Amino acid sequence: MAKRIEASNVSSYYGSFKAIDSVSMTVEPKTITALIGPSGCGKSTFLRSINRMHEVLPGARIEGSLTIDDQNIYDPDVDVTAVRRMIGMVFQRPNPFPTMSIYENAVAGLKLNGVKKKSVLDEAAEKSLRSANLWDEVKDRLDRPGAGLSGGQQQRLCIARTIAVQPQVVLMDEPCSALDPISTLAIEDLMFKLKDQFTIIIVTHNMQQAARVSDKTGFFSIEKTGDPGRLIEYDDTQKIFSNPSQKKTEDYITGRFG
Amino acid sequence: MGDYPSRSVNATAGDLAATSSRGQGAGYGASPSNHNEPPLGGGGALPKKSRFSIETGFRALSTASGAMVLVIIVAIAVFLIYKALPALQANTGHFLTQFEWNPNDATPSFGIAAIAFGTVLSSIIALLVAVPVALSIALFLSHYAPKRLATPLGFVIDLLAAVPSVVFGLWGRDVLQSPVRDFSLWLNEYFGWIPLFGGNGPFGQSILLGGLVLAIMVLPIITSLSREVFQQTPGMNEEAALALGATRWEMIRTAVLPYGKPGVIAAVMLGLGRALGETIALAMTLSIKFDISFNLIENGGNSVAANIANAFGEANETGRGALIASGLVLFTITLVVNMTARAIIYRRREFRDNAA
Repeated sequence: MAKRIEASNVSSYYGSFKAIDSVSMTVEPKTITALIGPSGCGKSTFLRSINRMHEVLPGARIEGSLTIDDQNIYDPDVDVTAVRRMIGMVFQRPNPFPTMSIYENAVAGLKLNGVKKKSVLDEAAEKSLRSANLWDEVKDRLDRPGAGLSGGQQQRLCIARTIAVQPQVVLMDEPCSALDPISTLAIEDLMFKLKDQFTIIIVTHNMQQAARVSDKTGFFSIEKTGDPGRLIEYDDTQKIFSNPSQKKTEDYITGRFG
Repeated sequence: MGDYPSRSVNATAGDLAATSSRGQGAGYGASPSNHNEPPLGGGGALPKKSRFSIETGFRALSTASGAMVLVIIVAIAVFLIYKALPALQANTGHFLTQFEWNPNDATPSFGIAAIAFGTVLSSIIALLVAVPVALSIALFLSHYAPKRLATPLGFVIDLLAAVPSVVFGLWGRDVLQSPVRDFSLWLNEYFGWIPLFGGNGPFGQSILLGGLVLAIMVLPIITSLSREVFQQTPGMNEEAALALGATRWEMIRTAVLPYGKPGVIAAVMLGLGRALGETIALAMTLSIKFDISFNLIENGGNSVAANIANAFGEANETGRGALIASGLVLFTITLVVNMTARAIIYRRREFRDNAA
């Protein structure tokens, strides 16, 4: 249950502002793809375009086409909620629902999809919490508030919540930027494990992280503030970090940027 | 002027002295143009901590203000009890269970039952009508309406809260009464078999009319407070719900409503407080009866506050005491309602505190 994503000439706008210009890339199933680049270069915008979260903001829209296993997700007939169920998302700051317990958080997506049977929910909660490497830490306090966990545990809870609905693709928008190195490592371990089941795309500011976890890396950049972001180079991670073909990429990864 | 050691000399002079010392050019409030001033981080001997300062003064002020709330509440309770006791002692009837209200007779006999019942019933009707409408409006304003529409509409709602209750009373009596009468006749004809809508008339000046007027009066409070709390829902929780594949309504149910629940309860309680205490609008729309009846549409109804307004003018000593006793009952009802609401909010406090 992992699918191929193909973006061709995707441009995203906020009102009249063009945030990214004509991005094309193909993401293979069961791989981890890292998107790196300076702040404001549009990598998060691109990520949010993949599960149509971009359009949540007023005035936001995209051009171009995005397909998942040859299905256009921006087809007017496509149900946007189905797209988001298929393409889950983990956010920069851990955002468990504050009024819900750990258990309720883990099964929140299932409940939204109308699953009511207690046994099914119980099973899904345990399975997703186990997959998120969190089960052993929380199994004795499932009824405690999810927001009472540590930051790293909260983020793993959010990952559990995301994978509980069994998506095909998991998008991660700087999932570790609010976490300490130990929690970051826990999340990275988790990503390796999840790679067996899901296609993962991660936006990160941490280049070591990109180098450690990803199979492929895309480098985004902008000319100057106000210009749209562009995908400068997209290749195997090893190649990007050892022998990039673009000068800009090399400047960025060696820290000579800007 | 303003040399450094004078600061510690002045330090115990109190906050008022500190202000005046600035005028005299003494050390405490030395002007920034003074070039001999040591750097802000200090230099030389550490100055003594000032014992009286703006800090202490402000703390005293805010503590006193906080204490004043308690004092006022206790003072009101003491006043009510003190004034009510003589009348209660003179009462020949049973205060809690009797329906009749004749405190001005030679042998005073009065009971709270009917009017307290009327107060609670009219408020319940008001909330049953107002809460669903108010929450729908609040959600529309916070999550559905485009901003250009939401801002002016919210303003109009707030304006509704500013309409004096006597105007609502007049309007209810002159405008709302005849549609309510027609509606009551219709209810009576088709649903007369339900005791709530039974009776032989006359209809119109009923507890239903009073309740509806109250509903319109509490609507703006509940709406604008609920809108506030709905708007404060963290955006990242709304996004989390949407990213799980929630529709907008599902997102509201998953993220917005649970988050806003304590605030909504508080808003409803404030609305209930206003409904329970409302005087003039009810005095004008109900046709006073001292009776306990679940019939909503027949002329009748009464409330504690309306009864006080109607009867205070011609009441004698005992009569006034009796009315004050009824005020005490109203005070107690409001208190119980509020404490219940607090208890409900408190129960989920742990989840709430972590929300930040």
